[in-house]
Amino acid sequence: MTDPKTGDLNSTPPLPPLTNETQLSDKLVEAFPFLADKITIQRIRRVWATVPMTELHAVLIHAKEQLGFDQLCTITGTDEGTELGLLYHLACDNGIVLTLVTTAPKDGPGPESVTPYFPLAELYEREVIDLLGARIGGLPEGNRYPLPDAWPEGQYPLRKDWKPAFATPAPGASSSKEKQG
Amino acid sequence: MTDSDIVKVPLGPQHPALKEPGSFMLSLRGEQITEMGVRLGYNHRGMEKACEERSYLNDLYLLERICGICSHAHSSAYVTAVEEIADVQIPRRGAYLRTLVSELERIHSHLLWLGVAGHEIGFDTLLMYSWRDREIVMDLLADLTGNRVNYGYNTIGGVRRDITDEQKAAMLKGLDTLEERTKYYAQIATQEVTLAKRLSGVGKISKEDVIRLGVTGPTARASGVNRDIRKDDPYCIYDELDFDVITADSCDVFGRTVVRVGELMQTYRMIRQILANLPDGPIAAKAPRKVPKGQAVSRYEAPRGEGIHFVRGNGTDKPERVKVRAPTMVNIQAVSHMMKGGFLADMPITLAAIDPCFSCTDRMIELADESGSHLGVKSWADVRAHGIRHYQERGIDLSDVSKRFASKMERL
Repeated sequence: MTDPKTGDLNSTPPLPPLTNETQLSDKLVEAFPFLADKITIQRIRRVWATVPMTELHAVLIHAKEQLGFDQLCTITGTDEGTELGLLYHLACDNGIVLTLVTTAPKDGPGPESVTPYFPLAELYEREVIDLLGARIGGLPEGNRYPLPDAWPEGQYPLRKDWKPAFATPAPGASSSKEKQG
Repeated sequence: MTDSDIVKVPLGPQHPALKEPGSFMLSLRGEQITEMGVRLGYNHRGMEKACEERSYLNDLYLLERICGICSHAHSSAYVTAVEEIADVQIPRRGAYLRTLVSELERIHSHLLWLGVAGHEIGFDTLLMYSWRDREIVMDLLADLTGNRVNYGYNTIGGVRRDITDEQKAAMLKGLDTLEERTKYYAQIATQEVTLAKRLSGVGKISKEDVIRLGVTGPTARASGVNRDIRKDDPYCIYDELDFDVITADSCDVFGRTVVRVGELMQTYRMIRQILANLPDGPIAAKAPRKVPKGQAVSRYEAPRGEGIHFVRGNGTDKPERVKVRAPTMVNIQAVSHMMKGGFLADMPITLAAIDPCFSCTDRMIELADESGSHLGVKSWADVRAHGIRHYQERGIDLSDVSKRFASKMERL
């Protein structure tokens, strides 16, 4: 970025101090000492914290009730090889995005639903269930999202070993099912 | 009345109010909605998976096609995250121009919404007026980027086309007309009794519920929630621009109309500042083909509200993971809440008032043959004439219809 004052195209403007971010990190460590070396301040307004699955709800509730993170932007699911990664992106009115990163087993039970605190999380959670096969506990009965009802069991499109050819062809489409894995 | 008086009516997936699929199950007691269930996913195209199999640059064009209306919103959010991971500093002129297209896109999106809203309440004059005026900004966008929608304007490290002095002058002239027209719409929105009566008290959602449900964009601001990513988490050059966040306290569709019209006026203000202070220099920095390991979250205030992109790089030329959350994803969930206790007849406008996305067409004007050689550029008039000819050859001749209609009228 250019310095607006000098107009020099190669200079980088001084970075603003990370006061809010450091304070947030300190408060989190104060409440949860196990986060001591687990928090990264990536840049202004971007803070990442790695949280064990068992502590996810405690940290999430604390962030919401005590630190003002009352917006759950979304939940990102990732395939981490032997495990699934779940990233809860929380936002606060001062613009900071706090991402709580946790991992869940691919074949075992995952974290409990966060819908009691963030009602809109229902679709985010259904998405990681459908696309990555996460096992979120305690979700109320409801329609699946975003895959169709006829989608085959055990096919999770966003897992790294899944290929588009695995999808069942639509009724009437020329079938090449024998070739599929 | 007992539960047996409740009638269940399925609406959709083929559209209840808009041109995109979504399924709504309404429980009705008489004309009043007691409950509404939403089923989504009909438009799932597997884009996140597709992104993992394409290069960063290919993904830019793919993600731009998530939505035909806020295409620049998606490409900007994605490219900002990629630039953060790759540590590419976008030149200031590039950042200014990227913001310029963002705001031009907001004008076209809000004017389009105003027309749709008018249509949904039977006020088609408003549709005709606002869509006619929208052509001004569509032409400006086409002139600057080469296309009316899906502009292909962003690239990793900056933007792809510079602006000329003539384009700047045309833009300022267009803005004058748009500003005058928007003032007229503001007058209609606040003084036209039929509009105010039709929209007031419809699709109510309180400030507390907006915060609880995470509602975003103009829908949230119309319930008095002062949230705007351009102010709260500024990207591009928004921290250098002087603008106000428009809010309303009526918590209904009327408020959402007032907020959007007010935002148009702020957008004109921002574009004038951008054009007046546009710095000299390059429009793009060189970006590496391979992006290092790392991840970034990027937020963007799209015309409909907050859009979020998460990108993770793994050191190759293809991303490890791209995750997108569009603003409609949260706002659509609030529609069920807004509809509870409301009337069936208010359902289309309440749904339309969150401005869910649907696509419009794009057009190419540069021609190339199969080997990729350049065959010249066509003017908009040529493209229009070509379109008419194309359909005439296939037996669809609307000029013939108007002629027949005219002769029929003469006979009467």
